[in-house]
Amino acid sequence: MLKFLFTVIRRDVLLAARRRGDWLTAQFFFVMVVSLFPLGIGPEPGMLRTIGPGVVWVAALLASLLSMERLFADDYRDGTLEQMLLSPYPNSLLTLGKAIAHWIINGIPLLLIAPVLGIQFNLPAEALWILVLSLAIGTPILSLLGSIGAALTLGLRGGGALITLLILPLYVPALIFGAGAVEGVLSGTGSEAHLSLLGAFLMMSLLLAPWVSAMALKVSVE
Amino acid sequence: MLTAIELACERGERLLFKNLGFELGHGEALLVRGGNGRGKTSLLRILCGLSVPATGVVRWRGEPINKTHEQYGREMAYIGHANGIKDDLTPMENLRIAAALDGRVLDDATAMAALEQVGLSRCVDLPARVLSFGQRRRVALAGLMTAGALLWILDEPLTGLDVEGVAMVEQMVRDHIVAGGLAIITTHQPLALDGLTPKILSVGD
Repeated sequence: MLKFLFTVIRRDVLLAARRRGDWLTAQFFFVMVVSLFPLGIGPEPGMLRTIGPGVVWVAALLASLLSMERLFADDYRDGTLEQMLLSPYPNSLLTLGKAIAHWIINGIPLLLIAPVLGIQFNLPAEALWILVLSLAIGTPILSLLGSIGAALTLGLRGGGALITLLILPLYVPALIFGAGAVEGVLSGTGSEAHLSLLGAFLMMSLLLAPWVSAMALKVSVE
Repeated sequence: MLTAIELACERGERLLFKNLGFELGHGEALLVRGGNGRGKTSLLRILCGLSVPATGVVRWRGEPINKTHEQYGREMAYIGHANGIKDDLTPMENLRIAAALDGRVLDDATAMAALEQVGLSRCVDLPARVLSFGQRRRVALAGLMTAGALLWILDEPLTGLDVEGVAMVEQMVRDHIVAGGLAIITTHQPLALDGLTPKILSVGD
């Protein structure tokens, strides 16, 4: 069972490594969107510090969605998805593996870039740490919930736009608690409550999302 | 072994076939015949468990296939219209990953032998992207050989293959049947299975 999960993850990471262009698009998108805000709003430290956490988090949501459309679509087109669905393991293990691989490929780079981008918003060191921590708990949620949208819209024309409409509302709690944790540090009220809720949300997505996504996948492939 | 009982299939409100049934045991082959759009591919997808029939049930060793996902997944191999080959990986990597996903251990010598047998020994290190359509089909067939499955479900396996390739598939199927395996095949081309009398099933008449 666990071996199957690791094989799915290793396979997707290997494929991403072979197609670095696709992989870098989402990261560049993240950097560009976040960097545009200080340029557009102007160099006022107080204002930037207020909007900083929210901007980084919203950009992370969008960057995650950008790469989500192709989570299953490439495998669907060349028939490997069918083969994987017919493997002797539960399909929810497949969707879980794909979501984890998506997080490794797209989520972890965001964590590494985020503190650098936070500096542009004049965030203090402590807030930067919490920003990375909130993203570390939050980005797996984005990958897990996004996999549901990717499975539901598989094979539909204009699936990319549809995923955005379906999944962005589900991302709202992650955005509120994630950005809220960083704002809590800035305003001095602390971030523990927000991070705990974010953690609870992660556990819930981890339990439910692979299963829902596998059901959606079965319907879409048929 | 494999029993289909009163299968019916609907596609977009249209009934493709109904009351379709057959039984297949060790060492038997089934050729599915029917014109374009008669539901051959739909039938094969139902048989391998990718689609759910409108009515009826497919049984493997007496159990409905949706109840024996694990065992059926191990004993059945399916080749569909798409080859199930990753363009960015080499044929060798494709075989290795396919085996790992099925929970099998595939050593390099066996994989190499299978690739040689399908005539791809010169292409093992090339990404599948640069291979021709027929060559990619051959990679899928090499995967079928290494899968060691008891039941083969092949949807138009001859598409894109040259004369030599067709003869190779015929030989593969013959060997598989003689060794006691089961095969379900659709094809528009004549398939010469000398010495065997495959069952014939007509779909959607």
